[in-house]
Amino acid sequence: MILLVPVLIITLMYFMFQNVPTRPGAPSGFNTACLILLGLFPLFVMFVITAITMQRERASGTLERILTTPLRRLDLLAAYGSAFSIAAAVQATVACTVAFWLLGFTTAGDPVWVFVIAIVNAVLGVGLGLLCSAFARTEFQAVQFIPLVMVPQLLLAGIIVPRAAMPEWLRWISDVMPASYALEALQQVGAHAELTNTAVRDIVVVIGCAIVALALAAATLRRRTP
Amino acid sequence: MSIDHLRVVRGEIPAIHDLSVQIARGTITGLLGPSGCGKTTLMRSIVGTQIITGGSVTVLGHPAGSAQLRRRVGYMPQDPTIYDDLRVVDNVRYFASLYGMDASAADAAIDTVGLRDHRTAICSNLSGGQRTRASLACALVCHPEVLVLDEPTVGLDPVLRADLWEQFNALAEGGTTLLLSSHVMDEADHCGDLLLLREGHLVAHTTPTQLREDTGCRSLEEAFLSIIRRSTERRAG
Repeated sequence: MILLVPVLIITLMYFMFQNVPTRPGAPSGFNTACLILLGLFPLFVMFVITAITMQRERASGTLERILTTPLRRLDLLAAYGSAFSIAAAVQATVACTVAFWLLGFTTAGDPVWVFVIAIVNAVLGVGLGLLCSAFARTEFQAVQFIPLVMVPQLLLAGIIVPRAAMPEWLRWISDVMPASYALEALQQVGAHAELTNTAVRDIVVVIGCAIVALALAAATLRRRTP
Repeated sequence: MSIDHLRVVRGEIPAIHDLSVQIARGTITGLLGPSGCGKTTLMRSIVGTQIITGGSVTVLGHPAGSAQLRRRVGYMPQDPTIYDDLRVVDNVRYFASLYGMDASAADAAIDTVGLRDHRTAICSNLSGGQRTRASLACALVCHPEVLVLDEPTVGLDPVLRADLWEQFNALAEGGTTLLLSSHVMDEADHCGDLLLLREGHLVAHTTPTQLREDTGCRSLEEAFLSIIRRSTERRAG
C-alpha cells in the first residue's frame, strides 16, 4: 500500500497533465509536479506514519515498558529512523523507477540526487514525527499535526506560489522551514546538470534539521514520568 | 529490595505517603489493596519509571531504574502492553532481543505462560486473559532476578491461575524475587509476604497466617476489611 500510493498519485498526475499544453522551452507541468512529489512525498508520509506510531507507543504504555529494558534511547531513535528510512527508500525506488522509465519524467541533474533528497526528507519526516508525537495525547491529536506542521511548511516551501513571489514576511517564515530547502534542492537538481552549490547547501541544511529534530525527540523520551 | 521513606505525588495528589519496607530475596510478596491505593505507583517506583518526590528505592543494591538493573528486573504493567498487530511470538521475540536473548528464550517464555498453541496468533485476536499471558511472557523472557507483576492473574480462569502460581513458586525457589499486585484477596494465600496498602499508606506488612491470627478472621478478605476498618478508626480517633 505504502509502496504503491506515490506511484498511483504520480500516474494520476501524468494523465492530469496529458492534455495541458507546454510552452516551448519550459519544463512540462507534469515534470515540475512530479519532481515535487517524488521529493516531498516521503517527508509527508513518514511524518504521518511516525507521529501516529510513536503516539501509539506512548499511549499504550509499550514505550514506558521498553524503556525499562536495557534499550538505550539512542538505539530506539536509530531503529525508528532506519526502519522508516528503509521503507521510504523502497518507496522512493519504486516511485522513481516508474516516473523516470514509464512516464517520461526527466531531470537535468542525476536522478540519483532526487532519490537522495527523498531519503533525507524521509529522515526529516521521521524526526519531526517523533517530536510531534510527544505533544499529542491521542492518535486523533497526532493526525491534527498534519495541517498544523506539514501543510504550512509545504505551502510556504513554494509548491504553489514560488518563494520569490511571496511577500517578504512570508519569505522570512519560509526561510526557517526545512521543507523550503528540500524543495529548492529538488528544483536545482531538476534544472541543472551538475550538482550546484545551492543544492549541496540545501541538502546539508535538511540533514541538519533532521538531526536537530531527532535530538529534540530524544529529549522527549523520558524513562521516568510523573 | 529496600524502600525508604518513599513519597510520590502525582499531579497535585499525594499517591504514596512516606512508605518504608524491606522485601527479601527469593520471596513472593503480594501487594494488596483497593483500586487507586497506590499499588501501581509503588511498582512503577520500583522499576524506575515513576518520578518520586522523596525517599529512596534500592533494588539489588542499586537505585531503582539504574542502568545495571534494567537487565535484572522484569516488569509487567497492568494493561497488557504488547503490540496488538504483531503475533505472540514476534512480541516475545522483540522483548527477548531488547534483553539480548535469542528466539529459544522467547519460545520457553511462551511455553511457561501456556500460549504454545497460540504462538502464531495475532495479539489483537486473543482474549483478555491470553493477552495478559502474552504480556507476562515478555516480562519472563529475560529471566530476571526481580519480577514486578502488576495484576498478573486478573481475568484468568482458575486452572490457569493455579498453573501460573506453580510457575511463580518455581521461580521463587530458583531465587527470583516476585512482587505482584492484586485486588483479589484469594490470591493472597499464595504469597509468602503481604503488603496491605490503603490510600498510599502501608497498612500492614504481614504474612497470610499472621494476618489471620491478628484479626481472628478465617478468610483473608474479612481479615483485610477488619485491618482497614481498624486503621480508619485509628486515624479518625
